[in-house]
Amino acid sequence: MTDNPVTPDRSATAEADDVPVRAYGEVPVAVADAARTPAGVPSGGQAVPRSVRAAAPGKARQSSGGGRLGPRGVGWTPWVYLAPALVVLGALLVYPIYQLGLISFLRYTQAQVSGGRPTTFEGFGNYRTLFVDDQFWQVLGATVVFAAACVVSTLAVGCALAVLLTRVRALPRLALMLAALGAWATPAVTGSTVWLFLFDPDFGPVNRLLGIGDHSWTYGRYSAFALVLLEVVWCSFPFVMVTVYAGIRAVPVEVLEAAALDGASQWRTWRSVLAPMLRPILVVVTIQSVIWDFKVFTQIYVMTNGGGIAGQNLVLNVYAYQKAFASSQYSLGSAIGVVMLLILLAVTLVYLRLLRRQGEEL
Amino acid sequence: MSRSVVVTRPSLLARLRIRRPWRLAAEVSALLIALVVAFPLYWMALSAIKPAGEIESSEPRPWTLAPSLDSFRRVFEQQEFGRYFLNSVIVAGSVVVASAFIAFLAATAVTRFRFRFRTTLLIMFLVAQMVPVEALTIPLFFLMRDFGQLNTLGSLILPHIAFSLPFAIWMLRGFVKAVPEALEEAAYIDGASRARFLWGILFPLVFPGLVATSVFSFISAWNDFLFAKSFIISDTSQSTLPMALLVFFKPEDTDWGGVMAASTVMTIPVLVFFVLVQRRLVSGLGGAVKD
Repeated sequence: MTDNPVTPDRSATAEADDVPVRAYGEVPVAVADAARTPAGVPSGGQAVPRSVRAAAPGKARQSSGGGRLGPRGVGWTPWVYLAPALVVLGALLVYPIYQLGLISFLRYTQAQVSGGRPTTFEGFGNYRTLFVDDQFWQVLGATVVFAAACVVSTLAVGCALAVLLTRVRALPRLALMLAALGAWATPAVTGSTVWLFLFDPDFGPVNRLLGIGDHSWTYGRYSAFALVLLEVVWCSFPFVMVTVYAGIRAVPVEVLEAAALDGASQWRTWRSVLAPMLRPILVVVTIQSVIWDFKVFTQIYVMTNGGGIAGQNLVLNVYAYQKAFASSQYSLGSAIGVVMLLILLAVTLVYLRLLRRQGEEL
Repeated sequence: MSRSVVVTRPSLLARLRIRRPWRLAAEVSALLIALVVAFPLYWMALSAIKPAGEIESSEPRPWTLAPSLDSFRRVFEQQEFGRYFLNSVIVAGSVVVASAFIAFLAATAVTRFRFRFRTTLLIMFLVAQMVPVEALTIPLFFLMRDFGQLNTLGSLILPHIAFSLPFAIWMLRGFVKAVPEALEEAAYIDGASRARFLWGILFPLVFPGLVATSVFSFISAWNDFLFAKSFIISDTSQSTLPMALLVFFKPEDTDWGGVMAASTVMTIPVLVFFVLVQRRLVSGLGGAVKD
């Protein structure tokens, strides 16, 4: 967005540079509107929160003057309000994270859990065990590739359908919105079982339709991953679609008019005006998708029956779970958990930097 | 406000210069895609009411002429399904109420006050959303064991409150911010106490936002599979729906009718909740909060 989009002439450049701030400020309103306007379509509520995060620096600045509560001092009041949240988060989020780190440095198996043997400090022993294990690297690689494939497909489908939504009249839009909402609302467990049934080698309609007899989708490693990918895309594209659609609608009409007056072609309008303006929203949906898809658990667990034949479909999350709860190697499972935590933390830091660069006010 | 957007639609479309045949093609594909997207849900509901013979047929048909409730009957009779359903409702309900309440207070603190560490806290809430909940199953398991919470619904409720809070706080921020300061000042000038303002004025205004927030805590609690699987190990009377569903699910001999009926029962409340909440949202923010 900041590296000047190539535009027909100077005035258009100025316009494009200027715009993001404005468009941005309007996002939450527009999202709320999107939830309301299309013939009362119950478009996903998720769009509201997620883009609130990306949105409204302009408005926020106006409304958040310091020292709010009039003449009275602020004092301890905010901390009193925060206390319940901090207690709960401290006890059930921060403390477990600390414990996770701790266990990953101990020898902690069934013997220690039952008290049969004392727990001993292992240092980086568990990590060493993990890092020399070929399966760990294989699972890590599979997780990264699988998550990347999910993210790319989800974004492609979501964005394409968002654009499609802007080009159709109310009725087809309503139909697509409702269908997407249904997919969005479906619990991961039921989504997994339903997709498994659709692709069932004996009774599923898909094999019948494709005429491939009793081909088993879950038998091969890649076809099993592909099946899970389809389900993941199905249940996560609606979030992208609704959010991006709301973003497109929030683009001020004058900007598009200006582009048209300057003789920009449609493609040019998309590339040089809309794409830079939608960038903040695209960042949010991309990072969210990365985080969700990296953590996929239920779909893999249910659809490949706990990680596939001989663990061929394991991803980190399921791998950690199996290590800990199936083979009672709690410390190894924790070490895998720590690795995941660190990877996601890195993603989060990138996210924060991007938000900062966009000038979001916290 | 929403009106004005509606008015600008056609001109936006005009800007994008869509010619008739193209729009028709776009609309046809939108409808087809809607059908494809909705198909899994349709198939689920259909398979739930198909008689057993039709489900286990090698010629699956996209309709049924002899709908039956056998699968549902099997679901509700064989298992303690009602019990599981109730457990799921209790868990999701408690999580929704508790996290909405706690998040409301916290969101108010971080949006309507300026204090030290405010920004740090906000960043922590953001970072907390990224924590892989699944990885924490191991330490939480031991925590629940030490507090004697294994095999109780509490072991499902408490972690879900914690995990839904950071996102709920982030989301509510926008709603709390939207309430104009002028209203707050007016309230204090009229002699309202801080508590009075909080519960008498702010809370009702933010309520639609709270409801929207609750969708997400509801969904995460209702859909939870991992905690239910890990923490409810021996006392199945404390199990929740996802586990009940998987009882029908055996690698070699799956009762697809049962699975689909149970899936339908599990999906419907979420769908209903989505729709209800959307209405709330619509009627909400629009009128009351505007300057």
